[in-house]
Amino acid sequence: MKLSMILNGRKTEEEIAEGMTLYDFLRSQGCSSVKCGCETSNCGLCTVFLNEKPVLSCSVLAMRAQGCHVDTLEGLQEEAKEFGTFIANQGAEQCGFCNPGMIMNAIALFREIPDPTAEEIKEYLAGNLCRCSGYEGQLRGILNFLDWKKGGVRE
Amino acid sequence: MSRVEEVSCVLRTVNQPLPKKDSMALVTGKPVFLDDVLQGNYLVVKVLRSPHANAMIEAVKLDTAKKVPGIEGIYTWQDVPDKRFTMAGQTYPEPSPYDRLLLDRHVRYVGDPVAIVAGKDEACVDRALKMIKVTYQVLPAISDFHQAKDNPLLVHPEENWKSLCPVGADNRRNLCASELDGQGDVEQVLQECDEVVEGTYHVKANQQAMMETFRTACYIDTYGRLNVISSTQIVFHARRIIAHALDIPQSKIRVTKPRIGGGFGAKQTVVAEIFPAFVTWKTGKPSKMIFSRYESQIASSPRHEMEVHVRIGAMRDGHIRAIDVDTLSDTGAYGEHGPTTVGLSGHKSIPLYGKLDAYRFHYDVVYTNHMSAGAYRGYGATQGLFAVETAVNELAARLAIDPVKLREMNMVRQGQIMPAYYGERTDSCALDRCLKRAAQMIGWEEKYPCRRMDNGKIRSVGMAMAMQGSGISGVDTGSAEIKLMEDGTYTLYIGSADMGTGCDTILAQMAAEVLECPLKDISVCAADTDSSPYDSGSYASSTTYVTGKAVVDACEKLKGQILKEAGKLLGIGEEWLEFEGTGVRSLPEAAVTEARSDAAGTGEGQNRGKVRDDGPLWGCENLHDDRPAQGCENLRDDGPAQGCENLQEDRPAQEHENASMDRGAPALEDRWISLGEIAAGATCGGQIALQAAAANSSPVSPPPFMVGMAEIELDPETGEVELLDYAAVVDCGTPINPNLARVQTEGGLVQGIGMALYENIQYTDEGRLRNNSFMQYKIPTRLDMGRLRVEFESSYEPTGPFGAKSIGEIVINTPAPALAHAIANATGAWLKELPFTSEKIYKAMNGSFTEGEI
Repeated sequence: MKLSMILNGRKTEEEIAEGMTLYDFLRSQGCSSVKCGCETSNCGLCTVFLNEKPVLSCSVLAMRAQGCHVDTLEGLQEEAKEFGTFIANQGAEQCGFCNPGMIMNAIALFREIPDPTAEEIKEYLAGNLCRCSGYEGQLRGILNFLDWKKGGVRE
Repeated sequence: MSRVEEVSCVLRTVNQPLPKKDSMALVTGKPVFLDDVLQGNYLVVKVLRSPHANAMIEAVKLDTAKKVPGIEGIYTWQDVPDKRFTMAGQTYPEPSPYDRLLLDRHVRYVGDPVAIVAGKDEACVDRALKMIKVTYQVLPAISDFHQAKDNPLLVHPEENWKSLCPVGADNRRNLCASELDGQGDVEQVLQECDEVVEGTYHVKANQQAMMETFRTACYIDTYGRLNVISSTQIVFHARRIIAHALDIPQSKIRVTKPRIGGGFGAKQTVVAEIFPAFVTWKTGKPSKMIFSRYESQIASSPRHEMEVHVRIGAMRDGHIRAIDVDTLSDTGAYGEHGPTTVGLSGHKSIPLYGKLDAYRFHYDVVYTNHMSAGAYRGYGATQGLFAVETAVNELAARLAIDPVKLREMNMVRQGQIMPAYYGERTDSCALDRCLKRAAQMIGWEEKYPCRRMDNGKIRSVGMAMAMQGSGISGVDTGSAEIKLMEDGTYTLYIGSADMGTGCDTILAQMAAEVLECPLKDISVCAADTDSSPYDSGSYASSTTYVTGKAVVDACEKLKGQILKEAGKLLGIGEEWLEFEGTGVRSLPEAAVTEARSDAAGTGEGQNRGKVRDDGPLWGCENLHDDRPAQGCENLRDDGPAQGCENLQEDRPAQEHENASMDRGAPALEDRWISLGEIAAGATCGGQIALQAAAANSSPVSPPPFMVGMAEIELDPETGEVELLDYAAVVDCGTPINPNLARVQTEGGLVQGIGMALYENIQYTDEGRLRNNSFMQYKIPTRLDMGRLRVEFESSYEPTGPFGAKSIGEIVINTPAPALAHAIANATGAWLKELPFTSEKIYKAMNGSFTEGEI
């Protein structure tokens, strides 16, 4: 089957096997920021954008992305750096394995709800598991980032 | 000012909340993990797993499976060495018994490997796995760990089972270890006590559930050696274990690690490594094995399920006089970490109480037909502390003494000997301050024990204390090597493994502190058995305390080497030179004269130097005082050029020789040479290695301490618990990086909350694990914990680097007992089995609950 999509802003065409997941396809395209943590759609590590909406790529067939825009953290480096600095300043990235999925979903959150409350942040990101940080440092980083966006200081 | 405050005033890099050195690579999703860095084609390796809890393999039919296109090799028990070993990453000789084979004819749990399959891709390997036909002789299995000891059914009946250490193991009794320890007459003292609380506390086999599952890749290098890249906490132990499993010399193996996606002790066992190692060694081809989450759940290295029986006796006035702990631990089908985890259930719970007249600690560790347990953060202390702290809380309730006051009366304090902690003395203990502060933070006096809310729910508080160790005393060895690079920066070589905790960064912070340079000038090269100095690995809360000290020592040594080279280049005796971060300066004449008179007095003039070999850490105070932080960079910018000129003018070759012969000659004028010049000097006709190594092991394991207090809201209609607030105050000595110490604490608390409220391990009657995915095994999400508040009350550990102890493990220990306490304060029911599900709470409140039912 021939799959054609706009991956991180570039037209991509590949012959793929039937039943290939979007996760496997993206890894095969060198998008190694996309991680797999569970195989059961529970962890959020494989979050990518399908037509600008966050999806779990382990549970989406690659062919579903036919003709779509797909974005991974590889295509959002500037945003990742800008926001990620605030996570790093808390030491909340820890092992880092869940970071790309969480950061993708956080970027989706900022686009959808530019000024979220702490509760909205927690709810939006509830599907992004992290076993290292205990989530508090991530929350501090997110709140500091939002403050800074509003003209506050960089912490 | 406390010692820590005093110390932190003069520190520039240590005790600073600096970002991790790898942080930007991680937050931008760079390819740094195992499966991201592999280039080229690697065979996919998987194993066929036993569907039976106990069985002998009678026959294996491979012919159809071998015909699947793309299959490279299929191996069974007949293909592997018949020498037993342990997969536990421990210092040799390992306390864990040698009870494993790479593949065994006798399979002992549902998930035990039966065959290894390697092929060109996942699809062909999966197909072949389905085509292997195995005939089993199914045997009865031991599923209840109470029935294991002296059961005629033996988990390890084989003759070549062996135990290398005297841990009380006996495979003919299904015993992996047993011991009795104590002091005083516990029975007598308990009889004299006014109140005795007795209970049996049950902790389940939690999964570490690190986000990155187990994974390893292997290839053969130019020299025919087996290269193993693995997500491991223990590169050196892994090398030895792979050598044992494959029965090849260690010299044939190199183990390295990329970034690790979490470990928490899981990766202190060689779970995945041996299978691809065997395939690559057999085929000569690169191979990799990546565990699925399902495999990580059913065939890995979780916490030891333990049942801890506790008796605590006290007088009516609150004096706790005796503690008796008897632990039964389930090591599962194999003994990894079995003999050692159990020890902490008593040795790290009983010593919290400093006024005991007697204590006793007995344990049995038994084999069953469950998956083997392993190392998980807390390592037995978690289980013991849940039991002892819950019993002490119940004791307080019975004595009608506030549990905080009861702790104040009895807790261990600075300077006390802890008989149940190997007789060590607490030279750094701020447990009293932790308790006081935590009580303030949660509002203990107003909130204890509970209050009924308008919505019908009950708000209550609970508390617990905890301790852990800092490395394994007299065993754990950390080493470090540091080199001065040609541009005047450094590379630090360490064998400990940063699994996300940030040890690469905190060890570099220590190096930067000693070498008086910015953190960015320390590059870290970590965990490669070929190039790193030996390190036991990152476990047992050892890296900061044990390896940290080695880093400090190595850096101090290197300063000495730098002074030597500078002396040679400047033509000045090194004893007249002073290391000052960006370079080396000759001492002014006054200092020289002073030094001479010192030398005359003590006869130690030759060693006076400017590297303070007595107190590297605090001897630096003067330096820090008179040097602005940014001076570092400024100096580096304008320093070299001028130093360079001086050098060329004043240093004819023969004068240089004379100078190094006549070590007594000071310079009459102020002279300075930059680090870059010294490093460059050593590359041209160099005779002094500008590198230094140091090893460290500590005869003591100073415990960090902490207090955790929880406030919950409990719904009596449903038994549902909502965690509102958790206040934790930790004494880890000097926090080397306060941000990372804080996040360690928060992460550990949430894991502890998960094990207390949600995470469950349940087996079917046939020995299958029910909780085999994240669908069934529920780890906390960010909606499951209320507010977490972490503070530090730091003591100063004199044997630790910059006064530091450990932080990694202790932080998981308080939630289970604190939540059990809060639930008891809300309901009057003391839950003794984890996790505290709503069903259990509801039933306990309504008197219809029996342990083990849910």
